[in-house]
Amino acid sequence: MTSGWPQALAIAAKDLRIERRSKAGFNSVVALGITILVLFGFALGPDAAALRDAAPGALWLAILFAAVLAFNRSYQVELDAGALDALLLYPAPRWTIYAGKLLANLAFVGLLIAIVVPVGIVLFQVTIPPRWPLLLLVVALGAFGIVTLGTFYAAMASRSRAREVLLPLLLFPMLIPVILASMEASKALLTADLMRAAGAWIRLLVGFDLVFLVATFLAFDHVIEG
Amino acid sequence: MTAPTAAPSIPATGRWPWFGAFALLSLIGAQALGLLTSPADRDMGHLQKIMYVHVPAAWMTFVAFFVVLVASLRYLMTREERHDLLAASAAEVGAVLNGLTLALGMIWGRPTWGVWWTWDARLTSTLVLFLIFVGYLALRGFVDERDRRAQWSAAVGILGAINVPIVYMSVKWWRTLHQLQSSPSTVDPVYVLSLRANAFAVLFVTIYFIRRRYEAACIARVAEWRREAFALGGTSGQ
Amino acid sequence: MLRGVDLTVHAGEVVALFGDNGAGKSTLLRVCATLLRSHAGSATVAGFDVQADADAVRTQVAFLGHDTGLYDDLTARENIAFAATMLGAPHPAVAESLERVGLMRVADERVRGFSAGMRRRVALARVLLQRPRLLLLDEPYANLDAQGVALVNTVIRDALDAGSAALLVLHEVAPAAELLTRRARLVDGRIAEAA
Repeated sequence: MTSGWPQALAIAAKDLRIERRSKAGFNSVVALGITILVLFGFALGPDAAALRDAAPGALWLAILFAAVLAFNRSYQVELDAGALDALLLYPAPRWTIYAGKLLANLAFVGLLIAIVVPVGIVLFQVTIPPRWPLLLLVVALGAFGIVTLGTFYAAMASRSRAREVLLPLLLFPMLIPVILASMEASKALLTADLMRAAGAWIRLLVGFDLVFLVATFLAFDHVIEG
Repeated sequence: MTAPTAAPSIPATGRWPWFGAFALLSLIGAQALGLLTSPADRDMGHLQKIMYVHVPAAWMTFVAFFVVLVASLRYLMTREERHDLLAASAAEVGAVLNGLTLALGMIWGRPTWGVWWTWDARLTSTLVLFLIFVGYLALRGFVDERDRRAQWSAAVGILGAINVPIVYMSVKWWRTLHQLQSSPSTVDPVYVLSLRANAFAVLFVTIYFIRRRYEAACIARVAEWRREAFALGGTSGQ
Repeated sequence: MLRGVDLTVHAGEVVALFGDNGAGKSTLLRVCATLLRSHAGSATVAGFDVQADADAVRTQVAFLGHDTGLYDDLTARENIAFAATMLGAPHPAVAESLERVGLMRVADERVRGFSAGMRRRVALARVLLQRPRLLLLDEPYANLDAQGVALVNTVIRDALDAGSAALLVLHEVAPAAELLTRRARLVDGRIAEAA
């Protein structure tokens, strides 16, 4: 049996190619992310200082709400023409399916963030801090946590009744540590980090990401079958 | 899809009703001990006595969810349905205890802090835990196929349990970094005995409830199995 | 639901399963293909247990169900190339198998525009990438014209020549009549008659 990485990469490439050909999906998700930011602006603004304070929270929630739409989509592709059966019949180990979906979703959400975050920075009048590379790291770690659990839970939710409700219902409470850590680390980095708090939150993010990466890889076999 | 050839079995009720009576009596006894013997608290007066239900309920919430974790792991290892049914029963009881903990915490918080809710570390992480297991129970409700439901909820139960300490840690940091007061956590030794007695009493009640829910779940499964066998018109149904 | 199906398919055999809707034909095929777990009883393919050695079984079977399992937004060639990577099949096999099912002319068009018959052909091209010991085909002649039927029969015959076996679910004998070595009828999840 092969190592599985060529298969995982093939699945990711296939998903992204399908996503690119039906651009409507990605564009709508981006548009939704921006709309959510605008709504937060109305809820929190128009005072510039208040907006700046609330920016990390608003941005992370906008990313979360938009990204969650991507996860069910990634399995919908397989369910449409019974392609999941075909996928399960290949002799490659099961984790390749999870790895492939994870990679595709990382690319999808990464691209989403690359568009939504700059828009948020403009809308919320955020000044870029000198330690912006660290901020990028926080964004990457936070997004990784969201995508890991999102991809995992969508494998179940997309095949249940009421999947639109079930995915966020399962996912959001589980993601509270990630969202909290991402928001707080971003906030600390944006406000000169007086208490050196960002480091602790970044460690928490790394820990969360690693724990759930391992746990979801181990559990995926049980979730994709049946 | 393919049904088991043998009907699932219903566990014998045995001496469990006696255990239930014992659990109820010990709860009454422990509550009486707490209400009658412990003096009124300096600051809180008799309000403190809510602790004799609130704290044991909180502890037993964790016990119940620990049972979910163990039963889920055992299900994935053995694929025996009884572990799945046990996990489901423990999750139901755990969610009720969790809800009770939250409600009592709020009732206690109103006169103590002057608000129904405060973003206290323990209260908040208890709420997050509640939401995680509401998701678990919702998943069970939304998946009809038996094997799927068992496998998926086992995975969700295990991941949820793994997340409990992480949630607690993150909420605690969030609180301390914002430098707001946390709730008083030390317990006066006067109250320790009653608290312990009540903890054991609530533990017995929890065990009894989980057991009865488990029996009920097994009976429901047998009924489901018989309906299936009957619908297929086979004679192998018993 | 299946109860006590006892069926052995030897190399070089083509066995057809008949039966009413819901008799369990597709279920049986899906159990053999490792897509369904059975709670009792066992099935082995080429000596591997479908439950304990599912990974090994998957290298030995080719399965074609009701659904073609194709991605609408990929072209026929991309669909087959994806399957080839997943199966670890060599890349020249992609064009070869598309050629054999007669789709070279439309290989670079998206499957979305294909008719049901054309989709079946693409799915057959995927089966051709494999060298299975056991072919599992669920109503392989559905939606196919005379040419397509002949194509399915060639695929089966080639597999037999290579020492494989085939288990088919059929509604009527006609299209496969010349190939069948045995027939079995499933009633209520049991083999009712074998001939």
